Amino acid sequence: MQPPRWTSYSPARSECSITWLPLWFGVSNVSMSAVQPVRQETKSRRWLLRENTAGWLFVLPWIIGFVAFTGGPILAAFAISFTQWDVVNDPVWIGLDNYSRMLDDPQALQALKVTTIYTAVSVPLHTALAFVLALLLNNPLRGVGLYRTIFYLPSILPVAAVAVIWRWVLSPQYGVFNYLLSLIGVDGPDWLASPSWALPALILMSLFQLGQALIINLAGLQGVPRELYEAAMVDGAGWWRKQWNVTLPMMTPYILFQIVIGFVTTLQVFVQPYLMTEGGPQEATLFFLLYVYRNAFQFFSMGYASALSWVLFMYVMILTLLILRSSRAWVYYAGSEKG
Amino acid sequence: MGLSTVTPARHAEPRRLLRGPAVANRARRLSLHIVLIAGSLLFLMPFIWAVSTSLKSSSDVFVFPPQFIPEDIQWHNYPDAMTALPFGRYAVNTLFLATARIIGNLLSCSLVAFAFARLRWKGRDAVFFIVLATMMIPEEVTLIPQYIIYSKLGWVNTYLPLTVPSFFAGSAFYVFLLRQFFLTIPKELDDAARVDGASYFQVYWRIIMPLSTPALITIGIFTFQNSWNAFFGPLIYLQDRSLYTVSLGLSLFQEQYYTDWTLLMAASVAIMLPTLIVFFLLQRRFIEGVTFTGLKG
Repeated sequence: MQPPRWTSYSPARSECSITWLPLWFGVSNVSMSAVQPVRQETKSRRWLLRENTAGWLFVLPWIIGFVAFTGGPILAAFAISFTQWDVVNDPVWIGLDNYSRMLDDPQALQALKVTTIYTAVSVPLHTALAFVLALLLNNPLRGVGLYRTIFYLPSILPVAAVAVIWRWVLSPQYGVFNYLLSLIGVDGPDWLASPSWALPALILMSLFQLGQALIINLAGLQGVPRELYEAAMVDGAGWWRKQWNVTLPMMTPYILFQIVIGFVTTLQVFVQPYLMTEGGPQEATLFFLLYVYRNAFQFFSMGYASALSWVLFMYVMILTLLILRSSRAWVYYAGSEKG
Repeated sequence: MGLSTVTPARHAEPRRLLRGPAVANRARRLSLHIVLIAGSLLFLMPFIWAVSTSLKSSSDVFVFPPQFIPEDIQWHNYPDAMTALPFGRYAVNTLFLATARIIGNLLSCSLVAFAFARLRWKGRDAVFFIVLATMMIPEEVTLIPQYIIYSKLGWVNTYLPLTVPSFFAGSAFYVFLLRQFFLTIPKELDDAARVDGASYFQVYWRIIMPLSTPALITIGIFTFQNSWNAFFGPLIYLQDRSLYTVSLGLSLFQEQYYTDWTLLMAASVAIMLPTLIVFFLLQRRFIEGVTFTGLKG
């Protein structure tokens, strides 16, 4: 049986997790050496030299941008995190004070807690829902294109507008959500004003934005070889068994991709708490980025804000590395011996 | 549902063989439709609700149980909301930002992608790897130093921080997407042009770019959508209200009309419209763009 195309990139061979990067970004065959066919050796050295120069010239915009807007600032952020700085006056070196201050800062700990809970609940739910929905939408049904469009649409709309709309949807007395709940006999809470319900409300809202994951899953499902299902049918497997034993394992690389992207995305949650709850009530939705924003642009403590963002950066990196390590046990790569 | 439509009349096979699976199949289809319709309604519910509210009179909003179709439709809510704050101005600002960023992304990302897809040079794979890795860097880490740099340059409260980076291949994802597309163009075209004396830049500009229109359109759409929807960047860098984008305008509008739901919903729906129009006009490209990187090596 012919393995699907992308499996020729076999990550099991490499030890270093970071080489899996191409795999997350599209699960495609981006094995770097295979990019170009080997050129004829007849070309003169000068020709090659010119191609070399041209190559560097063409990437020059990116190199300048990288130094000025990404690489440089990352290092600068690290340096700034050891200072006290309000931008107007000169920075004062205070060593590790910003980091030790964090440990005694209940708000920083709260922000970390809120972001962690949100990520831990929202990412798995999001991934599972997008997977199930893709399974349903992968059937040759009449009007399936319309269904796909409807489920995809909420993800492309301006997040500020969506946030404002959801404030009204979740309004306790006259909002449509509590009305729908009342139809099944549930007395809905005052979502955004309740310290215990505000975060669940934002998680619920996040589940409506699964368009990207849905499309990636649909693309992935097209790539599952038909022969596998036929073989499973011959073995007498029913629908559930086929999904469990064929679809799910074949889709694990896509699921890994979504979890990793999910980590990076959930830590960037800002607009929803900013426009809907202002971090409240009682800091129940004090997301990390909102706290960084307050420190940087409302209190102008750039040093402390930098330290906070570095901690968050490390936190996400560690989470990502853990997931990647664990993925060796649960992600199935057809064509690799390990499986 | 009559079974007769299921049983093909011509091939009259023994009934009990056909009936079982056909009925099961129908039932499965029907239940699938029911689940999907329920899900779709749920997904559309916030937007139906927003449109419905935006057309109500202020007194009809606070009615329980809620009415989805307003009794007398108040179209004037839309012009009222759009003129309560200068949303026309905000839309022009946002369009300007989007246009500048589209031009920047199309030019710079394609140049860089060309180097990765069509040229062989020492260090290419290493540099490409770094480009991919930058996709994993959350913006928050670079946020503060960037802000400080821009404020020292005197760029805060101008459009420069929001547009200049896109002229330096600021989006690794677009570079990656274009590179993947460029790889699908036959290499012989470049070689033939080179033999005819074309420079690398001419190959890029005269051959690769015209052949890549679909990918370039996709990136244009994505950039438009991202610029139109952007919130965080404009919030930090734009202070003058005359420079505001639509999303910032909506935020300001909410501050001033916190519970004026009819106007708030009208404004929200209105700023969604351009995104929706672009989506429906160019729907196929949207989907292609998202899946392209995943499907084609």
